[in-house]
Amino acid sequence: MTLLGAADDPSCYSRLVNDWVCLDYVGDRQQEIVDATIQHVGITVVSVALGLAIAFPLALLARRLPRLESAILAVTTGIYTVPSLALFPLLVPFTGLTATTVVIGLALYALTILVRSLLEGLRSVPDDVRESATGLGYGRGQLLLRVELPLALPVVMAGLRVATVSTVALTTVGSLVAYGGLGNLIKDGVLTNFRAELFTASLLCVVLAFALDALLVLVQRMLTPWTRGARA
Amino acid sequence: MTVFGDMWRYLSDGANWSGSDGIAALLGQQLLLTLTALLMAMVIGLPVALWLGHLGRGGFLAINISNVGRAIPTFALLALLVVAPWPGTDELGPYGRAGLATLLALTLFALPPIITNSYVAMREVAPDVREAARGMGMTGWQRFWRVELPLGLPLVVSGLRLALVQVWATATIAALVAGPGLGQIITDGFFRSNYGKGIAGALVVAAVALVLELLAALAQRAVDPSRRGTPTGGRADALSVAPATVDPTAETVG
Repeated sequence: MTLLGAADDPSCYSRLVNDWVCLDYVGDRQQEIVDATIQHVGITVVSVALGLAIAFPLALLARRLPRLESAILAVTTGIYTVPSLALFPLLVPFTGLTATTVVIGLALYALTILVRSLLEGLRSVPDDVRESATGLGYGRGQLLLRVELPLALPVVMAGLRVATVSTVALTTVGSLVAYGGLGNLIKDGVLTNFRAELFTASLLCVVLAFALDALLVLVQRMLTPWTRGARA
Repeated sequence: MTVFGDMWRYLSDGANWSGSDGIAALLGQQLLLTLTALLMAMVIGLPVALWLGHLGRGGFLAINISNVGRAIPTFALLALLVVAPWPGTDELGPYGRAGLATLLALTLFALPPIITNSYVAMREVAPDVREAARGMGMTGWQRFWRVELPLGLPLVVSGLRLALVQVWATATIAALVAGPGLGQIITDGFFRSNYGKGIAGALVVAAVALVLELLAALAQRAVDPSRRGTPTGGRADALSVAPATVDPTAETVG
């Protein structure tokens, strides 16, 4: 019966009611929510991709030169230790208040996880497999692309999942420089005591993290058909 | 790069370090928050996780709690706690505005790494060692206390180390909801377009984070004599993805 009088009644996200869960809010501010989600996904995907693009050569380098390995691991762990709210400001003098600041910061965090999982994945390839491939006449590049990387994939994908999920969560902190995707809505929700906005954005963050995680699991299953056959 | 000049001026001015909202006071407040939350998480998480690991039960939960914890943004949880009627932004003694909300969020975020690592630490004790202890007639309590715990200690401590660093980082984020801690200097600098101040705060936070990590690494080394002098790698530590934090059962689901 209140629905009929909706024009006069305050909606569930009005100042007076301020409900946590409010579908009216989702309907009325749809565009805002979609834009924030797109920005969130965009920042996450670009950051993880950039992290992977840097982690790959670093991991190969670390494997080739064991002396460098501990240095690379120490530096990346050091970066990981720095809180995100401190890392973004430290990048601002170089990149300004832009999405680039957030992307570089998040890529650095993803890098730490990815370098480690790449190294561990490559290390998990059995030596005799490597030897047989060499015996079959595989060169270094072919050995890496056709034998080592496919076998390392399960461990690498595990790292990629961890990196993606934590990047989705960390993107919210980007609201410090106004590029935080859903984090911008969370920040606004806190400042204006807007419960529906705050709750919807928080929930979407978690849903997004699990959705991307599930997507990566699917990708992994498609890329490694042999693991399915072995289990069945 | 005049920002760096501003930053240096801010850091070298003694007046900015003293006072109730100076760097020193906020640093102390954030350290207090961090240690309290870590202690609370240890009191709650360690007994449960270690005992479950000893019994070998609840593994799915103990391992997946880390994945869930990772997916929940710290900022979102803090924001929800602060806007909710309880705990809200109430002051809590030395912990400052929104102190209770911050402590709760910090404790929740410290729990997953502590629980997962402690559980895995207990499970990774070699089965033949456990068998031998049983064969010698040790009771369950003796096996836990004299065999499993000493052997699993390095991994337990590595979980505590990860939690410590994570809690420090999370405590910084409390400032985004006008909470306590050093993050205030960062957010205040940014909201007032005083970037020199913001970057100065960030530098202090980052420096302390690195010091905490180093101290924790030293503590970890102290409880694991076998690790001394061996090169890195080979052994699972706090940040490694496999095998300690990869759950083989998680991949067969779905």
